[in-house]
Amino acid sequence: MNISLKTIAPAAIAAIAALALPGAARAGATLDGVKQKGYVQCGVNLGLYGFSAPDEKGQWSGIDVDFCRAVSAAVFGSVDKVKYTPLSAQQRLPALQSGEVDLLARNTTRTLSRDTANGLNFAPTNYYDGQAFMVSAKLGLKSAKQLNGATVCVLPGTTTEQNVADYFRANKMNFKPVVIEKNEELHKAFFGGRCDALSSDASQLAAIRAAETSAPNDYVILPEQISKEPLAPAVRQGDEEWTNLVTWVFYAMVQAEEKGIRSDGVDTALSSPDPDVKRLLGVTAGNGKNLGVEETWAYNVIKLVGNYGESFERNLGTGSKLKMARGLNALYTEGGLMYAPPLK
Amino acid sequence: MTNVTRFLNSAQVRGWFYQGLVVSAAALTGWYLVSNTLTNLAKRGVATGFDFLGREAGFEIGESLLAYSAADTYLKAFAVGLLNTLAVSAAAVVLASVLGLLVGVGRLSSNWMVGRFATVYVESVRNVPLLLQLIVWYAIIGRLPSPRTAPELLPNLFLSNRGIKYPTLADPGSHTPTLLALAAGIAATVVLVRWARRRRETTGKPFPTLPAAAALVLGLPLAAFLLNGAPLALDAPVREGFDFAGGGTVSPEFTALFIGLSVYTAGFIAEIVRSGILAVPHGQTEAGLALGLKPGQVLRLIILPQALRVIVPPLTSQYLNLTKNSSLAVAIGYPDLVSVSNTSANQTGQVVEAVALMMAVYLVISLAISTYMNWYNRKLSLVTR
Amino acid sequence: MSKDLTTRSTAWAASFEEEPSQVMVPPPALTALKPFGWAKDNLFNSRLNTALTLACLAILWFAVPPVVSWALVNATWLGTPEQCRAAEGACWSIIAAKHRPIFFGTYPYEEQWRPLLACALFLVALGVSAVRACWRPWLVGVWVGCLGLMGALMWGGVFGLTYVANDRWGGLPITLMLSVFAIALAFPLSVVLALGRQSGLPAIRSLCVGFIELMRGVPLVSVLFMASVMFPLFLPEGVTVDKLLRALAGLTMFTAAYLAEAVRGGLQAIPRGQYEAADALGLSYWQKMLLIILPQALRIVIPPIVNQFISCFKDTSLVTIVGLYDLLTAANLATTDPEWRPFFGEVYVFVGLIFWGFCYSMSRYSQWLERESNRYNRR
Repeated sequence: MNISLKTIAPAAIAAIAALALPGAARAGATLDGVKQKGYVQCGVNLGLYGFSAPDEKGQWSGIDVDFCRAVSAAVFGSVDKVKYTPLSAQQRLPALQSGEVDLLARNTTRTLSRDTANGLNFAPTNYYDGQAFMVSAKLGLKSAKQLNGATVCVLPGTTTEQNVADYFRANKMNFKPVVIEKNEELHKAFFGGRCDALSSDASQLAAIRAAETSAPNDYVILPEQISKEPLAPAVRQGDEEWTNLVTWVFYAMVQAEEKGIRSDGVDTALSSPDPDVKRLLGVTAGNGKNLGVEETWAYNVIKLVGNYGESFERNLGTGSKLKMARGLNALYTEGGLMYAPPLK
Repeated sequence: MTNVTRFLNSAQVRGWFYQGLVVSAAALTGWYLVSNTLTNLAKRGVATGFDFLGREAGFEIGESLLAYSAADTYLKAFAVGLLNTLAVSAAAVVLASVLGLLVGVGRLSSNWMVGRFATVYVESVRNVPLLLQLIVWYAIIGRLPSPRTAPELLPNLFLSNRGIKYPTLADPGSHTPTLLALAAGIAATVVLVRWARRRRETTGKPFPTLPAAAALVLGLPLAAFLLNGAPLALDAPVREGFDFAGGGTVSPEFTALFIGLSVYTAGFIAEIVRSGILAVPHGQTEAGLALGLKPGQVLRLIILPQALRVIVPPLTSQYLNLTKNSSLAVAIGYPDLVSVSNTSANQTGQVVEAVALMMAVYLVISLAISTYMNWYNRKLSLVTR
Repeated sequence: MSKDLTTRSTAWAASFEEEPSQVMVPPPALTALKPFGWAKDNLFNSRLNTALTLACLAILWFAVPPVVSWALVNATWLGTPEQCRAAEGACWSIIAAKHRPIFFGTYPYEEQWRPLLACALFLVALGVSAVRACWRPWLVGVWVGCLGLMGALMWGGVFGLTYVANDRWGGLPITLMLSVFAIALAFPLSVVLALGRQSGLPAIRSLCVGFIELMRGVPLVSVLFMASVMFPLFLPEGVTVDKLLRALAGLTMFTAAYLAEAVRGGLQAIPRGQYEAADALGLSYWQKMLLIILPQALRIVIPPIVNQFISCFKDTSLVTIVGLYDLLTAANLATTDPEWRPFFGEVYVFVGLIFWGFCYSMSRYSQWLERESNRYNRR
């Protein structure tokens, strides 16, 4: 027998190579890579109204999307240099770890294990949340303590699932979980009566109630918040430069709100005598160089995206269907937790 | 021709050379992927290894054949998922086989109407994605009334959007004699069938096996049950709070997956059964009848053994497909192996390990089923020769 | 030929309501002329059959009127959600209102004529490939041209079309492209795997067997998970592969393993004498395979390949689990609008009919092809 396999080996190698071909290879620090390819690859939620969701025409909006746009504004001076990668709950961590996305702005709870064992670095919390339960108003419940024996719909692969288990264990109550991976199916199951309660971050419950029911008053969100959910953008561990930039873009947005600088007033603020404002807007140079971007970085962020308060009101607050109060997300001067360290 | 060229042209040498080439290419690729993964994970400080299996899982699982709580380990959670996968697959294999047999025979029916019904069934279930069918079944079950208004189909049997609630026997210990009698009846039947077959083969006299077997399997336990004082205390479901308390539950997720998998796979099994029966020449039936066998005996003793030889190999792959398709459970929230491994992957962040474990388990299940069916197939072909 | 196919299937469909046609179940020709005689022979020829016929009729009697009144008589065709809520029947208005997101997902609204045109092109190419007379080398050229044109349409960036990144693609184009590309890429891979599995070299054989059995032993869901979640970790830092492409790679590997078994069946069906004759002529392994064996073997396996294409087409719906916007996902997302949410059932029916239409016509085609090639092989 005269068997030669001249073409099998090359074919196999070619097949493997073909899989790895697309996607430009980039080396070195994330910021250099981002500048080189000309856009920020941003991992976002598949669809969560108020945080990141595409509209009918495919335009993304939400407070997380705003943050992606702000980073793009800081690096490129334009909000359109963003590519969105919609990620499911279980795709998000590997997507960031493997370098598929540069920035994960996907309502991700900051936890110790994610910070360590999962290889993430978190930017400051951009939304302080807590987990709660939503139930049908018809049940007439007043407290989550009355949920003994209930069937609870939760999204798997999130801290949510464990929080529910912890809460019921701590209160010596029983429950039956129904876990479905896709938000649409999960919500359909809840609204269809498969579960007595839907558990998620309070903001998400409000978003679901506002966007997915035709009579929001038929559902109540129970008052107990059973966990702390500081939602924060995340980047890969081991790239300090990029972590710094992402961190300070957020602080710049908070600082701008503290100083009362809005997107429509940022040009007049350029002539402000306040040294803090001068440093923030790059009139006094230095911050940009330290971060490795143009001196106008924060000016661009505020001009093109707005300050934190504007972003909040537009996506979650009075300017949106959700009508959420600022609560913990108000500035520290107004009883909230938002506080920017000095930008100097 | 020199020795060198002869050496180079020798098929054996070239064979070794190319094998070496391909194997090293495969090994290199494998090593490349593994080392990349390890580097990537190490650089990000991501934990690796299977230590997480011993840690507390911390999440609840909706239904479980084992006693499981959030305080148990990940390993136990995996076992629960595996058992759930096996349970729904085994149940669906049975229903799919029965349904497939009926529909397959129906397609060959001399009754025009029945043939048409069977054809419509096969053509509709085979040509729509299973995932869509599952979602539809789940939606249909979701439209059932809530526990508060659920109808009582039979005494103590409720049908609601929380599942089927059925009564269970209250005191399991009191039924041991009945179960023992059932086991004895089954054992006696096996012996009887063997004896009847040997007698038929040696003397040609048939023995009414079916009624005798029925008497043994049903009669013995019944007698034991009655002698034991007919203990019939039930643990019946009662409406309480959000749901029912007591009794047993078949969850909507299980039901949807069970029905969806069975109905879908039955469409494929029907075609296999049909072609298996068609593969037996009609002369066999005629010869059997000419020998004086009754039609039922012809089917049982002549047609089926031959048809099975054609049917078993493709049937095996349908059973395998069904088991693998049960992984679509993840779309409708049945806590199967995939669902549990996804959750674990997310809680621990160790995606590679969780997915690899899940794939390995499926591979083992597949190999086990195909080994068994191959054995069965070999046995079948030996018997019929 | 495709005309023939449609007449066949319409004849088949018509045969439900009226007289049996001669296409599916040929009833005895003589009695077919007399309806009563036919009914007696085919429906009431024994006690069991009479009972079965009556049972079937009862099912029809109870099932057909409610379905017809729901789907047709009481249905709302072009209305508002309020009208739908008021009506008792199906709400087909949701299809009218949401057909764009169902078919094209989040593709930019004004540009949606482009995926429409791309799908149309695709179907034309598929139709042309179904015609036997067109099985010539130029067909490959047609496909390459077609795919190039489709790429240009979908991505844009040329001929003055605006650029649309593929994370905006969705709906029917994704389903069509994933299935066609998966089968097209899987085919050469499967031939290599099948040859490897038949090879006399143990190392190569076991590699191929290992790959095939691994892929066939695990569910597609897990392969897709691996492709979407683990695959990025396999590559060196900085190299990323598009999400769509990764799902395609998973689907291709999975399909190739199943296809390889079909090709192996074809290889085994070739009589031993053909191999020996080729060896006797002094042909090398590749000459023997490429000139003698494969042309015969591949002809035999065309129907299984079409069948594999059908299951691949259905399987693309699984990419929804890894978050890609195929037809099913797009349809699901279109029903999240609270106004229309109660009518998601109608959307499922609609999407089911689309899938059914594609798969049913392909399976009829594959059956026809099988009969045709049997006729061709008969001497």
